[in-house]
Amino acid sequence: MGIASRLALLFRAKANKAIDRAEDPRDVLDYSYQRQLEMLTQVRRGLADVATSGRRLDLQANQLQQSADKLHDQASEALEVGREDIAREALNRRAAALDQLAELGPQRESLRNDEQKLTLAAQRLQTKVESFRSRKETVKATYTAAEAQTRINESVAGISEEMGDVGLAMQRAEDKTAQMQARSQALDGLLSSGALDDVTSLSGRNDDIQKELDSARGGSQVELELAQMKRQLSGPSRAEAVVGRPGQTAPVPVDGSAPAVESPPAADNQEEGGGRG
Amino acid sequence: MIIRILGEGQFDMDDVEHLNVLDDWLQAAADADDEAAFDQALNTLLTAVREEGRPVADDDLVVSDLVLPHDGASLSDVRAMLGDEGLIPGRST
Repeated sequence: MGIASRLALLFRAKANKAIDRAEDPRDVLDYSYQRQLEMLTQVRRGLADVATSGRRLDLQANQLQQSADKLHDQASEALEVGREDIAREALNRRAAALDQLAELGPQRESLRNDEQKLTLAAQRLQTKVESFRSRKETVKATYTAAEAQTRINESVAGISEEMGDVGLAMQRAEDKTAQMQARSQALDGLLSSGALDDVTSLSGRNDDIQKELDSARGGSQVELELAQMKRQLSGPSRAEAVVGRPGQTAPVPVDGSAPAVESPPAADNQEEGGGRG
Repeated sequence: MIIRILGEGQFDMDDVEHLNVLDDWLQAAADADDEAAFDQALNTLLTAVREEGRPVADDDLVVSDLVLPHDGASLSDVRAMLGDEGLIPGRST
């Protein structure tokens, strides 16, 4: 016998157990209906949990995206002022934040899937419960023939299978939500520790780094302006070499060759920097 | 014949011969502990039922002849359902 047949037998056995237990079959109807109402309540609660988890994931994704954007800005800012160490640290954190973000995507997707399926399952169960209730009343009113017994069994077995199915779906959703909540909490911890946040909020180093970044930035602003002025004075030369070297005030080439800045502006003679050769 | 896909509801199908063959595959994959083969057999089964079956009306209370594991179920999920009756909730024990 295949798996599908065995599963079907299992569900039927469960239903039969409930039916056999009662002495008066009509009790089964009331008992089962009671259970159905409880199940409906549980399913609605489960659905609310899934929705809450989803919103939390959305929030965290937003936070991570903001962190990543901020860290990117900080990295380029740091690089602009020649602080490659800070830039590296910022980019490292950005990569970590983006990793987390990439993990959230499929989780969110699967949660959305669960929510959809569970919503449909709840609607289905609701309709079946209503149908069961009206049958229950009819059967109870006409309970005389042996035929009624069969109808009770059918209805109870049918709804019992549905409840078993919904119960399993709920359990799966609950397991998944619990896992995600644990992960969410870990991520919250990570976010609030600043490990995925901007480099300037690193505890302890906080003020130092921000001050250094600020002062270096202020200094480099001067450099930038200086460089720009020099460029205007000396025409199209390589004055941009100044950018990102905050310690220096003049564009001194490092390779030891003579500075080529003395050439007259707009001199369209032979190739520039002809000191070599 | 009524077939339930766990988590999706019930379907009515006329010709289930090939389903029984697929169900045997599913069982064989489980016996061989072959997760990939199990996955494939389950997917084929689910697709066949979704495509060929007519959905049973929501207000119908009928028992299924076959019950298929939910979409994405793993071997261990199914073993848990078959092995321990307590894992199927829905009524008190």
